[in-house]
Amino acid sequence: MFKEEELDAIRRTREEWELTVLGPIMEKWPERKGEFRTQSGHPVKRVYTPEDIAGKSYVEDISFPGWYPFTRGVFPTGYRANLWTRRLITGLATPEETNKRLKFLIEQGQTGLNIIYDNPTTNLLDSDNPLCEGEVGRDGVPTCTLRDMEVVMDGIDMRKVSTSIIHSGPFILSMYLALAEKRGIPFDQLRGTLQNDVLSQYYTVNMSVVSLRDGFRLSADVVEYCRKHVPRWNPISFVGYQIREAGSTAAQEIAFAIGSAIGYTEELMGRGMDVDDFAPRLSFMFNCHNDFFEEICKLRAARRLWARIMRERFGAKNPLSWLLRFHVQTAGSSLTAQQPINNVIRTTIQAMAAVLGGTNSLHTNSMDECYCLPSEYAARTALRTQQIIAYESGVANTVDPLAGSYFVEKLTDDIEAEAEDILRQIDGMGGMVAALEAGWVQREVVKASNEYHRKLKSGEITVVGVNMFQDSEDEEVPIEILRIDPAQERHQVEMLRQVKERRDKEALRRALERMKEDAAAHCNIVPSCMEAVKAYATLEDMRNALQEALGAGKESKDAFIC
Amino acid sequence: MEGKPIRVLLAKAGLDGHNRGIQLVGKALRDAGMEVLYGGLRITPEEVVEMSIQEDVDVVGISIFSGGLMTIIPKIFQAMQQNEATRDIPLIVGGILPPGDAEALKAMGIRAVFGPGSDLEEIASFIRGLAAGSAAKEKAASG
Repeated sequence: MFKEEELDAIRRTREEWELTVLGPIMEKWPERKGEFRTQSGHPVKRVYTPEDIAGKSYVEDISFPGWYPFTRGVFPTGYRANLWTRRLITGLATPEETNKRLKFLIEQGQTGLNIIYDNPTTNLLDSDNPLCEGEVGRDGVPTCTLRDMEVVMDGIDMRKVSTSIIHSGPFILSMYLALAEKRGIPFDQLRGTLQNDVLSQYYTVNMSVVSLRDGFRLSADVVEYCRKHVPRWNPISFVGYQIREAGSTAAQEIAFAIGSAIGYTEELMGRGMDVDDFAPRLSFMFNCHNDFFEEICKLRAARRLWARIMRERFGAKNPLSWLLRFHVQTAGSSLTAQQPINNVIRTTIQAMAAVLGGTNSLHTNSMDECYCLPSEYAARTALRTQQIIAYESGVANTVDPLAGSYFVEKLTDDIEAEAEDILRQIDGMGGMVAALEAGWVQREVVKASNEYHRKLKSGEITVVGVNMFQDSEDEEVPIEILRIDPAQERHQVEMLRQVKERRDKEALRRALERMKEDAAAHCNIVPSCMEAVKAYATLEDMRNALQEALGAGKESKDAFIC
Repeated sequence: MEGKPIRVLLAKAGLDGHNRGIQLVGKALRDAGMEVLYGGLRITPEEVVEMSIQEDVDVVGISIFSGGLMTIIPKIFQAMQQNEATRDIPLIVGGILPPGDAEALKAMGIRAVFGPGSDLEEIASFIRGLAAGSAAKEKAASG
């Protein structure tokens, strides 16, 4: 990127500076630490210069926004035309309460919905299952049948909102589609994203209702179906977020998410699909943690890496296939129960990194999420954080303003190289499914997590209020804690009972029977799942049907790794 | 006591998958010389009782990060209380609990609640104290 003579001059000046300026200063004021590192452990030098990126080409490696390899973003004008989608995770107590909260957030200026489900729903268990007692509506919205989806979306125009559904497989999406059908909305008017990345679920949530390979196949069915029938829907979002929450490094986060995306791409191409048909609709979800520059560089590195994989490895020709579009959620695991107000500041820094890294959509955590589901006040503050970044800070005025920073470009290169190395190891093991089955991914993440905690304990990593600047122990938590009234759980169980009583038993039996047949025959599962949903099948009805057809997944107990 | 390692059953209750804390605590207890039996995720009260008996553990530690903790933990505690073989095994809990919940659990008979920022060595030494206490009790009972 620089001419030889220019680099020579830079080197000579640096050497002189080191000798005459730096040396004496270092003697008088030694640096705070012998070695500086990013949160994930990358060494950080004192000063970066053109020498650090001398081997790079502007056109090949950085280039223009909206132009291969998309290091600077997927859209030529960045946020100058459209800001990122502001999308807060919502889901609490009951479908009724969740509907109210969604409407509140829309009124407050939120531009997309992002619905999270309670633990029973995530596990495909119904609210009335004794295993779920106490957990209904506590960490998301319970959704057992189409009825619950009807209530959640009541009064919300499905043609106008983009909806993110944090769930895997065909189940909840089928409810969303069935509801659209009931309202007479053609599927090509629906926009949104289904998380659906069973591979990341497997090793972060440790959830496997059926075997990993069957779950993988069923989620790929959804991608195949949506490409034919729901053209504007993103049928899968590869989740680096949860891997990071489990303790991975920044490079592992993007490598494992991209590893999963490679796995699905191979599966879909193996079904005879053209990569340029589905790749433009693949999406990603990443974390933004505390180390500001590392996070920005991680996002830039991921975009470049994916563009090259799509073009060079899979031969994608449609430029839209090369785009890595992603949602960011700020790091839940960075929130501290100690001095929780500080979480607003952490979230602001993380959100700023997401924006400077060019995110397409953003969730900012509420300060109270370390304790409970967000209160309305905390959720509004989290939304305001994004609005202040968008409308006050000025960072959205120019595209990728940090490009060309010697440090940012160098760290982007380093993270990309580290992620590429991890991807080579995954390929060497036979791909992501095999690497997961072997437990390799899980072990790598736990190793990284242990390393992080070792550093936290030794003080190599500082967390304010946790290992420095602590308050006395009996300090009161100065925030409102949202408590879900147990009466809400009883209400949900009662609503479910009424649905079960009213539904047409014969239609239900036929639909579930067909679902079993399709699952066993490896036919695309979505049509029969839609039929079951329309007959008001519960998630657990469908879970049971699949397990009868395919066998249950391996007991989902996770292993102890140390 | 000398030479016989303390046996601890660790497991995570609730239907979520947040296992980062328990993995860390498990490693710390092993590093401290204890035998850790890992019950995994989504353990039920019946499984806690069954594993405690089968594995002859000295202490049970349950990790929880579910919003349903005030239903789930008491159910585990009651199941252990109702069985003669597990009644005297101390139960401790780890996780982030909303203010007030830890006190309520301790009032019920949970021996300790370790929240965020707990020192791993402190947890190990607390468990050592609990195990020594139950060993002494056993000795007194057997006369």
